[in-house]
Amino acid sequence: MRACLRPGAAFRIILAMTASERRNLRNGLLFISPWVIGFAVFMLYPIVSSLYFSFCDYSVLESPVWIGAENYTELVKDEVFWTSLGNTGYYAGVSLPLGMMLALAVAILLNTQVRGMTVYRTIFFLPSIVPIVAMAILWLWIFNGQYGVLNYALGAIGIPTRMLPTWLDSPGWAMPALIIMGLWGIGYSVVIYLAGLQDIPVSLYESADIDGASWWQKIVHITIPMLSPVIYFNLVMGIIGTFQIFAAPYIMTNGGPERATTFYTLYLYNLAFGELRMGYACAMAWILFVVILLLTLIATKVSQRHVHYER
Amino acid sequence: MKHTRPKRIAIHALLITGSILFLFPFVWLVFTSLKPIEQTMKMPPEWVPTAFYAQVQGERMKVQKEHEIEDPSVILVAQKPTADPTAKAEPERMLLPVAKFKDGKAHVEYRKADQTLTAWVPAEVAKRVPAGHWLVREKVERLAQETGPALRWDCVAPDAIETRIEPAWSNYSLAIRYQGFHTVRLLGWSFEIPYFVLYLYNTLTVAVLGMVGVVFSSALVAYGFARIRWKGRDTCFVLTLATMMVPFAVTMVPLYGVFRALGWIGTLKPLWVPAWFGGAFNIFLLRQFFLTIPQDLTDAARIDGCTEFGIFWRIMLPLSKPALAVVALFHFMWAWKDFMGPLIFLTEQNTFTLSLGLQFYQSQHGGSEWHYLMAAATMMIVPVIVLFFFTQKTFIQGISTTGMKG
Repeated sequence: MRACLRPGAAFRIILAMTASERRNLRNGLLFISPWVIGFAVFMLYPIVSSLYFSFCDYSVLESPVWIGAENYTELVKDEVFWTSLGNTGYYAGVSLPLGMMLALAVAILLNTQVRGMTVYRTIFFLPSIVPIVAMAILWLWIFNGQYGVLNYALGAIGIPTRMLPTWLDSPGWAMPALIIMGLWGIGYSVVIYLAGLQDIPVSLYESADIDGASWWQKIVHITIPMLSPVIYFNLVMGIIGTFQIFAAPYIMTNGGPERATTFYTLYLYNLAFGELRMGYACAMAWILFVVILLLTLIATKVSQRHVHYER
Repeated sequence: MKHTRPKRIAIHALLITGSILFLFPFVWLVFTSLKPIEQTMKMPPEWVPTAFYAQVQGERMKVQKEHEIEDPSVILVAQKPTADPTAKAEPERMLLPVAKFKDGKAHVEYRKADQTLTAWVPAEVAKRVPAGHWLVREKVERLAQETGPALRWDCVAPDAIETRIEPAWSNYSLAIRYQGFHTVRLLGWSFEIPYFVLYLYNTLTVAVLGMVGVVFSSALVAYGFARIRWKGRDTCFVLTLATMMVPFAVTMVPLYGVFRALGWIGTLKPLWVPAWFGGAFNIFLLRQFFLTIPQDLTDAARIDGCTEFGIFWRIMLPLSKPALAVVALFHFMWAWKDFMGPLIFLTEQNTFTLSLGLQFYQSQHGGSEWHYLMAAATMMIVPVIVLFFFTQKTFIQGISTTGMKG
């Protein structure tokens, strides 16, 4: 690897190529050139400078000043940082397993052969395409403590008025409210599960039927193992997604009440663009990146033991 | 698999219950958007949007119910003393309890400087109002900040008020006007355009320009990754995929710096120009598709002396229409709903996209005028739902492939 980096060596490699290899290299690079430029300007440069800024005092208005690891040591002492990390962990820890299980259950139901299936599939998918801002405003209205239809429905099924939460206005219930709203948008994972379910050979179920397996046994011993690559995919996508949740709490609660919904990215955004503490925010972003990478790595390690890939 | 009858019924029952829960928020959204404001604040909620009609000052019209008259009253026409004696005062209609009207004179309150004074003035009875009647006021479709002729009012018996099922369609036009107007100058003409319409125009600009760019550039790059064998290709491809793992928060601050240096902050450019350099996810999607196209086709063209770009343009692209449609659709939907990008890079209200505009609107007037908010949200959702219905198959196939090949 090291040798390749010397310009002389690189040149020798190019010289050693046949004419067609050289032409292919040239064409290949020409074709991917938009990506190369985009990668350099919108990815590589931002990533490198974000790492640099994370060791700087930087407000975007003035040039960055190197302060070493100070941002990181300050973050460790920053209570709101830990609150935001905890909140995000809470959200991910509850909504991810809940959402994945619900999505799988819905997908299994939607994979059965009953009449009207296309209509059902459309209905369950529809919420996923609703723009997040519109979704947030709609659910603000549903969760409204005074005129909200959710509390009305809960009252109608017999829950006494004094036990009805004020949802987004209550520190304890704001997070569950956001989780409920999130469950409304499981359509994407449902579709991905469905595609996976449709790839499971029917013969497996047929032989299980002959052996007299119950529907639950079939789910545990056939569906879930056969679906495990898809489950893994949804899990990783879920981790990447939930740890970056921003718009819903920004619009619906702005982090409150009592910081109960101060999500990681929300705090980061406020630091960067509210207080112009860009360096500090970059340090926080890098910690987020590492957390996501670690969790993905753990998910991958665990899945290697349990995921069944068909070869 | 064929199911037995009881099993089929159980599946339907579960699916129907789920469908009701998933559809309910949409129903509630649309119903609220069609209600008059006083009806949105009713507990228990009223489902059907209604309007009231009554005879007001001799004319039948749509009215707003104000309140019930508790004591027997009279509607009088009288001239109040004015604070400024030189000003000519018009006789006005007023509603007073019977106790404040004696011998052709009414006991009225009026303001002089900072004081509220009372006086007995001659008055004519226009109408006697028994207790239990309702005060109703003419209802016009205009915003609180818009002015117009004074609203007429009257008192009518409760059974003289007619309740009609009537959606308040005007909520939609009012929601469009609610955020005010922006003066746009074009070829020497100036137009007053509602901000909401500008938001729509900006969103479409960003979505369409980005869509064209992302389809073309991602296809180009995907071709380079899928159909040409060159040294270092796979490393580059893995690098492309790896960028998908990087949270936006990491690149957000330096990107702001880049766009600031380019003078793009406050313009729509940061929202669509990057799309012209390909998107990792779309490159991946198209590469997978290109791999499925038989090699013989391109080899034949190459032997015929077709250039690499010619193969891409004349053979690959026409054969890949379904995959290109998926990329275009995904990008359009994404651009339509993107919130964080506009939030960070846009500064002026006339450059806002629908997402940002709606949030701006909510942050200013949230918590009160829910009927307008719901109307605005509906207007933002309906286009994507319509688009989804027309492209459902492409869309679902696109999502399915990402999961399978991931």
